[in-house]
Amino acid sequence: MVTLKELTTDELFASGHRLCAGCGEGTINRMTMKALRGPTVIVAATGCSEVATTIYPYTSWRLPWAHVAFENAAAVASGVVEAYKAMARRGVENGHVDVIAMAGDGGTYDIGIQALSGALERGHDFLYICIDNEAYMNTGIQRSGSTPHGADTTTSPAGSVIPGKPEWKKDLIGICAAHGIEYAATASPAYWNDYITKVRKGLEVNGPAVIDVLSPCPLGWRHDSARSIEMVRLAVETRYFPIYEFERGKYRLNLSISKLKPVEEFLKVQGRFGHLFKPTYRKDVIDEIQQNVDANWNRILNLCAN
Amino acid sequence: MTILGMTGDEAVAHAAKQSKVDIVAAYPITPQTIIVERFSKYVADGEVHTGYVCVESEHSALSACVGASLTGARVFTATSSQGLALMHEMMYIASGLRCPIVMGVANRALSAPINIHGDHSDMMGSRDSGWIQIYVENPQEAYDWTIQAFRIAEDKDVQLPVSVNLDGFIITHSMEGVDVLDDLAVSQFLSIREPIFKLDPKNPLTFGALCFTDYYFEFKRQQTEAMRNVQTVLDKVCREYKDVSGRGYGAFEAYGMEDAEAAVVCIGSTAGTARDVAWKLRTRGKKVGVLKPWLYRPFPAEEVNAALKHVKAVAVFDKAGSLGAPYGALCTDVVSSLHTLEQRPKIFNVIYGLGGRDIQPSDIELVLNKALDIAETGLVKEETMFLGVRE
Repeated sequence: MVTLKELTTDELFASGHRLCAGCGEGTINRMTMKALRGPTVIVAATGCSEVATTIYPYTSWRLPWAHVAFENAAAVASGVVEAYKAMARRGVENGHVDVIAMAGDGGTYDIGIQALSGALERGHDFLYICIDNEAYMNTGIQRSGSTPHGADTTTSPAGSVIPGKPEWKKDLIGICAAHGIEYAATASPAYWNDYITKVRKGLEVNGPAVIDVLSPCPLGWRHDSARSIEMVRLAVETRYFPIYEFERGKYRLNLSISKLKPVEEFLKVQGRFGHLFKPTYRKDVIDEIQQNVDANWNRILNLCAN
Repeated sequence: MTILGMTGDEAVAHAAKQSKVDIVAAYPITPQTIIVERFSKYVADGEVHTGYVCVESEHSALSACVGASLTGARVFTATSSQGLALMHEMMYIASGLRCPIVMGVANRALSAPINIHGDHSDMMGSRDSGWIQIYVENPQEAYDWTIQAFRIAEDKDVQLPVSVNLDGFIITHSMEGVDVLDDLAVSQFLSIREPIFKLDPKNPLTFGALCFTDYYFEFKRQQTEAMRNVQTVLDKVCREYKDVSGRGYGAFEAYGMEDAEAAVVCIGSTAGTARDVAWKLRTRGKKVGVLKPWLYRPFPAEEVNAALKHVKAVAVFDKAGSLGAPYGALCTDVVSSLHTLEQRPKIFNVIYGLGGRDIQPSDIELVLNKALDIAETGLVKEETMFLGVRE
């Protein structure tokens, strides 16, 4: 764990960007920059972070940064990593350059999963950060493979028959771990030192590493923009989003919860779950979500025990 | 002089090796596969310093190429047909980000129905993607143009990707003697890439920013200008290549055009057959010629205009259907190139060879005789003919 005193005061992610008030991505980007260990290149997928931080002729990035398309951050990063290595072999001296790919959950869980899988299988030395706000927020809140069960989005609307998204969130860490990579972890910006430590760890791994960091979205989750960090703390305190890591084949819980809260505490403060509370209290759906949270927590405990 | 027996695919791989590419990111597809197989072997045998990124799709192939190119590396890839179609999105991005990537394209028909044989429908479908397009006639040209392509792509006045197109199987898999340069000659001709902008921690820049209504148009205007610069650069590169190799190239090759009354315009391997037929007819006193553009994008409109303006009848061969359009793509470009003339040649379009349907000398003779009739009568009975199809 790092301490506040150890953090650099350099700000490689400049203020003045156009992210929404309360958006988790600005906070996460800034924290990510605090974890760098040397020359770094960022490869970004299309998404909120990209469109809000690089509106030509402005940029928030004080380090080399490239956006190519939506579904291919991992593939672009593969090319960047291998190009620096190849140029070094022909005598161009750049020194080591860290490469970080950043994408949202749409660009990771869904349209970018093939490119991510390919890059993990090939073993390029890069860190992939999924900024997971649990829906396609950039295009106006459509469901993704990361959107939780029961959430109301514009393509999984809460209707009179179907109460929000019928499917469950994908297990991204499990998918990544199945590639046999050295490091994969979840994180929440409510626990800044855990996240920054993980970014540094991911960079230090010799090979691919993946971090899935939960990012609050006041617009899509429909909560008070002043309470964003509280949302992603609640996500952890209710065990809705367990914070753990997979390192060299071993799973480890990183944050133990002293005072467990029911998942309802997390659901009831967000408009995306509002239809589960009004006009009718949908105990059936809330219970189902609680059971899923418990089962997932036990699954992770079992993984950590082995 | 070293002559090696090589297929078109092997010639392209050999040229890419001698061009000292830093990155090859590619995915196998018939009939391009030999290119990536040969290159993988160069890497496995330690003959090159190249990083070979063995990606999981063509989309990722071109994505990795774009990433690599932005670092300042020299980058090569190759594909065909469905693979090119899968790259389509990335083709516009590669040119828009001004990445001088060189790509060998083994031209092949597009599905459906699925077909692995040669026609031009794959690349014609990407003709507005901002890539320079060169079509070659045989393995020798495939070799020569691949080397020249890096110089054209990386020129500071161009900075655009280039596709070197070779007909599937007819060129990719036909073995011929290819006169290759020695490694040193290629190194001296090409030198290393000197990018204007790159992903450099010492000079941080943002690539691929969001441009709205206030700037997007200017970016596209600059790309148009870069395309306009291509021909001057290409002519210079071809002159220098001739000094090194003895083989001269340019925007197009003309045969018998100085006095032709009837002419064929075609690209790729068909040009060899067409020239042979034209030669035969010329020995019988028929004034026929063949115009073979090597350069298809940017289209050398002024030169094509100058070469065809005195011709009475022109048959333009398209090895791709442009469904619903008045003519095939090449014919459309030829017609546009000539529209400024007061006295225009009579033009008709020949759609041929789809899905690899063979074209025989007798087919071309039939078309040239038809063109000679039109030259005499001035009457075009059939504006578009489908050559060799069962109606």
